[in-house]
Amino acid sequence: MNRSLRPLAATAIIFLLCYLAAVIQFPSMLSTRVLGNFLTDNAFLGITAVGMTFVILSGGIDLSVGAVIGFTGVLIAVLISHFGMHPLAAFAVTLTIAALFGAAMGAAIHYMQVPSFIVTLAGMFLARGAASVISPDSIPINHDFYTSVSQAYLLMPGGGRLSLIGGIMVLVFVVGALVAHRTRFGSYVYALGGNTTSAALMGVPVARTTILIYTLSSFLAGLSGVIFSLYTSAGYSLAAVGVELDAIGAVVIGGTLLTGGYGFVAGTFIGVMLMGLVQTYIIFDGTLSSWWTKIVIGVLLFMFILLQRIVFAASAPRKKAFWKV
Amino acid sequence: MKTRVLSRLISPQTMALAAVLLVNWILFPGFFDIEWKDGRLFGSLIDVLNRGAPVAILAIGMTAVIATKGVDLSVGAVMAIAGATAATMVEAGWPAHTAVAVALLAGLACGLWNGVLVALLDIQPIIATLVIMVAGRGIAQLITEGSIVTFSDPTLIFIGTGSFLGLPMPVVIAATLAVLATLLVRRTALGLLVEAVGVNRSAARYAGISANVLLLAVYVFCGFCAAIAGMIVAGDIRGADANNAGLWLELDAILAVVIGGTSLLGGRFSILMSVLGAVIIQAMNTGILVSGFPPEFNLVVKSGVIILILVLQSPLSATLFLRAPKAKTGASK
Repeated sequence: MNRSLRPLAATAIIFLLCYLAAVIQFPSMLSTRVLGNFLTDNAFLGITAVGMTFVILSGGIDLSVGAVIGFTGVLIAVLISHFGMHPLAAFAVTLTIAALFGAAMGAAIHYMQVPSFIVTLAGMFLARGAASVISPDSIPINHDFYTSVSQAYLLMPGGGRLSLIGGIMVLVFVVGALVAHRTRFGSYVYALGGNTTSAALMGVPVARTTILIYTLSSFLAGLSGVIFSLYTSAGYSLAAVGVELDAIGAVVIGGTLLTGGYGFVAGTFIGVMLMGLVQTYIIFDGTLSSWWTKIVIGVLLFMFILLQRIVFAASAPRKKAFWKV
Repeated sequence: MKTRVLSRLISPQTMALAAVLLVNWILFPGFFDIEWKDGRLFGSLIDVLNRGAPVAILAIGMTAVIATKGVDLSVGAVMAIAGATAATMVEAGWPAHTAVAVALLAGLACGLWNGVLVALLDIQPIIATLVIMVAGRGIAQLITEGSIVTFSDPTLIFIGTGSFLGLPMPVVIAATLAVLATLLVRRTALGLLVEAVGVNRSAARYAGISANVLLLAVYVFCGFCAAIAGMIVAGDIRGADANNAGLWLELDAILAVVIGGTSLLGGRFSILMSVLGAVIIQAMNTGILVSGFPPEFNLVVKSGVIILILVLQSPLSATLFLRAPKAKTGASK
């Protein structure tokens, strides 16, 4: 088997084993109904995680995505409820703003040569602050379009419902995977993550690619905000706090290396599904308290990090000691 | 020597602090009023120091970690764990000093875990510390069993709200820790060794520095600082809130370190400047509160200040103003 596919395969096998264990305990978990809810409930996380995958593949990090989700939610709610805009027009406006916001962060990262960690941290404060300046309260959205879209679904065999927002997430993953592995932009992203200097020497347009990566990440975070507002039918400035960590966690569990240059969009999908599985399992069990979700995800994160170290130590072309002295 | 002290006093950080304080004074004329009441000092300025103390303490540990080219995202969660441990133990009837000792041990253990992942397993610091950042609040909730544990133990409350020589206890603790840490790294070779590891870990190892031991020690120290900050925050509200204690304070601490001029790329660091950075952040927060602006502007102003500092520190502005980049001329000290 191709060496570079090993971590992806390991993640997929672990997901299947976990799912199998859960199904043995609760046979009703093996149904398209549960699967459909998986996709719907994790739609906003999944879409954000696709953008985060690109950022991490390029060797950066984007801490602002949770705040961008909150900001877009509030802006959409205000545009629809207070200004009487049609939801689609409001989506267009907010997605444009989100994309421009990301472009500005990408430009700051490239031209000011500041670590992405700090720039996106400032972006996080700015977006979260701007959201609470617009409205510190939760704004409900009452629009016919919202009710019809959020209830739209496709019936799957077995009675499961593939909701529109779940479908959008799957679509984003498919497009994301195609962009990452089948386009020039995708290979530029991998090249940047591998080594920025050699990428620049090979003729990769570093400035343009960096700006595009963060534009993409913020755009997808904005889209995720749209989905989140459809999901909750409200806009709240403190919505989706900490989603950036869940997204980073999903990307890492999915086998993408934080140093950049290595990983798959499909792996992130498995990462998101695994996090959803943990939550669903804890709900099914009923006796476990909600904080176990955090502990289990933390443990999973640790296991995957360790697994990646071992797999990479074993498959590295050069012999590399696992315990460095 | 004299000029060097002077030139240190007019660093960008002190000027920024002076500017923030000046703006606060213009917006709120009573800002510099300090009065003596009930055997301790009161006033906005004291309040800035008092409220800034937890972040300052976190920043002390974080400076050491960032100097080794690392970052510790787990400090907020470690604060929650330490607060939860101390509160639960005194409520269960243990004497306060045992509870404090165990809470500190919990902080040390979290730091040791981070250190093992970073130094021995060679995992990237952001990811290694993400594990406790995610799982830590769950563990803290496990300790408090999901509720907010309130306590009335005088010793623990004294750590958060007491006073010593007229100054609030958190300020005394932060100042003591800052002075001790600075003496430790600057009067011994320790600071130099930490900088060496931060600049180039393998080169430092070839030079005979036991980089792994040093990395372990740095993360343990950071966990220790976080545990102290956690107990201060718990003592302040007389309760341990596993969900919200120290929430996002890791970002404030990192910000304080960056404002203080320590590079995230490792090497050159200054603990006192990081403490100053924490005070600047708190002065801005307090300024927004006392001047009557809605607190929602807090984050916007904060991000504006970060952007300003980034622009000033970036090589781009250095070339714009036709000056040599500062980072290259002023390496170490």
